[in-house]
Amino acid sequence: MKRNPLTARRGATVGLAIASIAVLTACGTQSGGTGGGEAAEELGEMEGQVSILAWPGYVEDGSNDPAVDWVSSFEEETGCEVESKTYGTSDEAVNLMKSGDYDVVAASGDATLRLIAAGDVAPVNTDLIPNYDGIYDFLKDKEWNSVDGESYGVPHGYGANLLMYNTEVVTEAPTSWDVVFDRASEFSGKVTAYDSPIYIADAAVYLMAHQPELGIENPYALDEEQFQAAVDLLKEQRQHVGEYWSDYLKEIQAFQTGDSVVGTTWQVIQNVLESEGASTAVVLPEEGATGWSDTWMISSDAANPNCAYAWLNHIASPEANAAATSYFGEAPSNDAACEFREDCEAYHAGDADYASQIWYWTTPIAECVDGRTDVECVDYAAWTEAWQEIKG
Amino acid sequence: MTTNAPTRHPLPARRADFGRKGSAFLATHPRARLALLLTAPLFWLVVVYIVALVLLLITAFWSVDSFTGQVRTEWTLDNIIKVLTGSLYQTVTLRTIGVALAVTIIDVLLALPIAFYMAKVATPRMQRILVIMVLTPLWASYLVKAYAWRSVLSQDGILEWLVSPFGGHTPGYGLPATIITLSYLWLPYVILPIYAGLERVPDSLLEASADLGGRTWPTIRHVVFPLVLPAIIAGTIFSFSLSLGDYITVNIVGGASQMLGNLVYTNVGAANNLPLASAIALIPIVIIFGYLFLVRRTGALDNL
Repeated sequence: MKRNPLTARRGATVGLAIASIAVLTACGTQSGGTGGGEAAEELGEMEGQVSILAWPGYVEDGSNDPAVDWVSSFEEETGCEVESKTYGTSDEAVNLMKSGDYDVVAASGDATLRLIAAGDVAPVNTDLIPNYDGIYDFLKDKEWNSVDGESYGVPHGYGANLLMYNTEVVTEAPTSWDVVFDRASEFSGKVTAYDSPIYIADAAVYLMAHQPELGIENPYALDEEQFQAAVDLLKEQRQHVGEYWSDYLKEIQAFQTGDSVVGTTWQVIQNVLESEGASTAVVLPEEGATGWSDTWMISSDAANPNCAYAWLNHIASPEANAAATSYFGEAPSNDAACEFREDCEAYHAGDADYASQIWYWTTPIAECVDGRTDVECVDYAAWTEAWQEIKG
Repeated sequence: MTTNAPTRHPLPARRADFGRKGSAFLATHPRARLALLLTAPLFWLVVVYIVALVLLLITAFWSVDSFTGQVRTEWTLDNIIKVLTGSLYQTVTLRTIGVALAVTIIDVLLALPIAFYMAKVATPRMQRILVIMVLTPLWASYLVKAYAWRSVLSQDGILEWLVSPFGGHTPGYGLPATIITLSYLWLPYVILPIYAGLERVPDSLLEASADLGGRTWPTIRHVVFPLVLPAIIAGTIFSFSLSLGDYITVNIVGGASQMLGNLVYTNVGAANNLPLASAIALIPIVIIFGYLFLVRRTGALDNL
């Protein structure tokens, strides 16, 4: 019988396809390492540009509001052209940093350790950042910005996740988170919540005050039973949630149109709504709140490390730090920044006691962060999974 | 003339000679011709499309390190089992199929009369205008249209303003809003194949049916419908598969609801669990393949 030449050719094609897949998969998985590299010893010449990944309102060059600009002065001084991208959740930031496209990132406490562990950010030599000296000591060398005494960045500012309400619908100013939990049915369909697994901690903060028998000490260290209670609370809340937000513009619009009337928010959102004349107000409820403490970090494969160091120094300067943190609505990290803004007291800047009452976003890990050793805590992977189930 | 050419103009003639030799070679070697023609597009198809899909399939059998977020390349069936047995994935799959079916039904019901009018009733001038009108929305960005519906469906949007005098209310953000928006977005993709199918139905058949005493409905049921059925199914393939994979519209107008696309998105984005996302992405692929397999015999695939 004659051998069919087509079969042989087909075999070769299949072989080739398999080979190319093998090559591609090898390329796809061998990137990334465990170590974040070494901190820079000294600075060189400016590269002329720097790309920055940050929360909305952190890198303003006057294009949103001509009066809000701390980028232009940096560009003039250093010659580093700034290119910036904003993100909506810490998870998004962690994921975007894996692309290696950014030199600098402003990360919250629930992202920093993950970035360090994945080797996406490098240690920072704070001796090369003159303005680091002015940063509050109670923000330096913390578990969310340093590992083994080695600093991974410059603290930026800190603040709390607040409760926002529409003053026309929620006529009695709320003082408790119960308007989005136990009393959520009163505003059914118009409650909003932050669309990230870390929001489970907000429920835990509420349970700390209202169900003390659960014994929650830290909303990021939940054992199986405590975690389940928080998840159940959120599943109940889900029936009344109109929509979840992670894009801050979406929340601004929803509060303007009245599609959302009560829910969690940031001060910067209230600032925008206020400037547009919307009838909304914010409050820090009596149970306390979750919050963030952000750190400027440098990518481990930064293409422009010198401009990156220059940016870290610039944003830690009293003027820039004051402008950026005041615009976002958070306390500054630089003591001298309060000379450049008037509302420092409202944010309790420099008040280490107050700062310790905010539950800063931290990545939950199996080893309980509250120091318990007799139980295992629920880790962030399980939080993510539970979050999807809560949304259903 | 041609025999003298080399001596008089040696250089250009030489080039012409190359070209002629080349074309002579290609004329007598059809396989080489085919290879030259298809190498680039086939390379594109295989590397960018098929390899990407196969990689997706392979990734579904890996897992991810929960703390560092690195993909671990050890074979495991965990993701597939989780997606098949988890109640979350079953609920969301059913919801997604429900939305896709509702969108498809609404689109077919809207497209049939429009396409019939365009193909059989309108004057040639009107016909051209209608085709342009159907195509015009495709010139606007998908996001612009979805956000437009977000403001239309909002509590103080135009829909509420229109229906509130009659005691009605906007559905607000949620699954109904998602179905409305998706139906709007995919309508042109359903009208066009049905219109093309109806154009191919000869008018003489309609006249013959009338001559034989067939009224409007029997004519449509027994003459027109069987002839355009493949075209209708071709249209449903578009609306069904596009709805099945959508996650942006539901994010914008869907309120708190999730569809399969959102689960893929959160697993890639928020959870950084590419293997699980790949496993979830296999669900719509399987559904679409099943659907295509079912409609293969109707001849709808020739109408795409």
